[in-house]
Amino acid sequence: MEQFKQVDGIVVPLDRANVDTDAIIPKQFLKSIQRSGFGPNAFDEWRYLDQGEPGMACSDRPLNRDFVLNQPRYQGGEILLARENFGCGSSREHAPWALKDYGFRVIIAPSFADIFFNNCFKNGILPIVLEDKMVDRLFSEVVAKEGYRLQIDLEQQQIAGSDGGTLPFSVDPFRKQCLLEGLDDIGLTLRHLDEIRGFEQQHRKNCPWLFAEVTV
Amino acid sequence: MRAQTLYDKLWQSHLVRTEEDGTALIYIDRHLVHEVTSPQAFEGLRLAQRTPWRVDSILATPDHNIPTANRAAGITDPIAKLQVETLDENCRQYGITEFTMEDARQGIVHVIGPEQGAILPGMTVVCGDSHTSTHGAVGALAHGIGTSEVEHVLATQCLVQKKMKSMLIAVDGEVTVGVSAKDIALAIIGKIGTAGGTGYAIEFGGEAIMNLSVEGRMTLCNMAIEGGARAGIIAVDEKTIDYFRGRPYAPAGALWQEAERYWRTLHSDDGAEFDAVIHIDAATIRPQVTWGTSPEMVVGVDGVVPDPAAESDTTRAEGIRLALKYMGLEAGTRITDITLDKIFIGSCTNSRIEDLRAAANLVAGRKVASTIKLALVVPGSGLVKRQAEEEGLDRIFTAAGFEWRDPGCSMCLAMNADRLSPGERCASTSNRNFEGRQGPGGRTHLVSPAMAAMAAINGRFTDITVES
Ligand code: SF4
Repeated sequence: MEQFKQVDGIVVPLDRANVDTDAIIPKQFLKSIQRSGFGPNAFDEWRYLDQGEPGMACSDRPLNRDFVLNQPRYQGGEILLARENFGCGSSREHAPWALKDYGFRVIIAPSFADIFFNNCFKNGILPIVLEDKMVDRLFSEVVAKEGYRLQIDLEQQQIAGSDGGTLPFSVDPFRKQCLLEGLDDIGLTLRHLDEIRGFEQQHRKNCPWLFAEVTV
Repeated sequence: MRAQTLYDKLWQSHLVRTEEDGTALIYIDRHLVHEVTSPQAFEGLRLAQRTPWRVDSILATPDHNIPTANRAAGITDPIAKLQVETLDENCRQYGITEFTMEDARQGIVHVIGPEQGAILPGMTVVCGDSHTSTHGAVGALAHGIGTSEVEHVLATQCLVQKKMKSMLIAVDGEVTVGVSAKDIALAIIGKIGTAGGTGYAIEFGGEAIMNLSVEGRMTLCNMAIEGGARAGIIAVDEKTIDYFRGRPYAPAGALWQEAERYWRTLHSDDGAEFDAVIHIDAATIRPQVTWGTSPEMVVGVDGVVPDPAAESDTTRAEGIRLALKYMGLEAGTRITDITLDKIFIGSCTNSRIEDLRAAANLVAGRKVASTIKLALVVPGSGLVKRQAEEEGLDRIFTAAGFEWRDPGCSMCLAMNADRLSPGERCASTSNRNFEGRQGPGGRTHLVSPAMAAMAAINGRFTDITVES
């Protein structure tokens, strides 16, 4: 996995609560067997005026100019500012793949849905939970100032604004380490191979029916 | 010993190791796999030159992408076809049991798992699908996971998890006739909100829950994720144990007896403490209908579409306004005045035999309203379909004007040809009413199978507890 240390980027405000993963990447794009290439279809139904289908070239499609990702001032954004319960619904990892592919490295929201939150870390995206009040403040600052940027420092667990003010955020230490070092979860787990084998043996004794051969 | 919750017991009995910060490795007993969330995981596995840890723990089937009509013709969409073929190929390569599209046992992954007894009480279960919570209904600890985690479980048989907080939702007393598990699920989500269960494993208990059949409990746990909870669980009782007798994957003989003894311990101990407890009076639950674009946007069938002006929280008020605009509804409209274009009976929430019986019961001898453009019944599995046909339910549906289809996810998420056109309004027994879920611009109202059936007959929502 790609390492994550710092991001200094344009903030894109998505002012809606309960943004679900169907909205982040509509189901017709889930037919792909690839992990990449979802960026042009991130938020497809909100971003384009026509109906997107896999394989369509997105550069000629009519844009919904009102949608925040299409506004010139937010081009190149790397930090997504969102509302409560972001990423709810389907477990599709295509949602963080699409956001990452689009260019987002950080998502800030008052709360996230569990599976999505987890999926972000697995893909080098840092989801940051901030208090409602703070998120409100960021929303008004972003909207007030064109070119509004934030600097995110994962090592220091700090968000810095261009006015010099800083904000701390918390992050699970294990996940932080994985992001900082770009560690592969599977490799980490396989360091405990013997323990897993040992557990499995004991489990087989305790619950033999779970290991019985089935012919179906 | 300290009194334990059911979640404590399931967690403890699968705990391989815990790091100092609480991050744990949990051993996984059953891994369900479908075509949409697995290709990238198998590819990752191959790229890292790894192989599945325990092939016999995996059961696979295609469900999301496959056609529900004219299946003999195969899959016409080339991209969907490639995805299903990729699943077939991955299963073949590693020797994984797969119920392919041609297999009579194929169906929605969450329907076939318990149906085969491939899910058992006390198991840990994962699937790259958020509705894996369904399996908690039989006293299993079931998590929906992402594709990276699918790969992780394939490679290590373990899931990296932190223990969640525990919540008890007790539905006390009895529900009125006509109120189903789906209505209980929607009423709970209406109360706690779609993020109410975030970070929790929810145990459902109380008289109304234990009165539900095992299938009804699956409907309820299926929607735990819609309340934000990754896992919903229900204690094992006599009904749970009976449910598994004779199922293909269930143990037999002496092993059954040993298993049964263990299963009987799968309940929260008296005096076990939960981090949160919510009580709901079953008698207050009416048949539910969602009016918006989130499952928490729900009212009783005797209610009206809410007014954003009456909401003091500005983000919420804006949410209601956007939802009403998308849904093409006016504040104050009576739910029973809402007319429908399409009806969908199916999905992993409500496509089991009891769901089809409940719907057929109201449809028998009646006709689908002439204003309804399409009414679909999509059984959850080939075996549900066969059972329904043996009971003559298919003929009841088709005589009334419903279409009787082959099993799959179908119009629940509209990845195949079954979908709504922009602006069409659907009474659906599925679990998500998000924008575009059933087709771009489509408008979804979530209801129980009986409510969907009655909506088909009358062309609009009807209070089935009053008039049926
Ligand atoms: S029926 Fe719907 S919710 Fe269930 S697994 Fe299929 S797509 Fe997901």
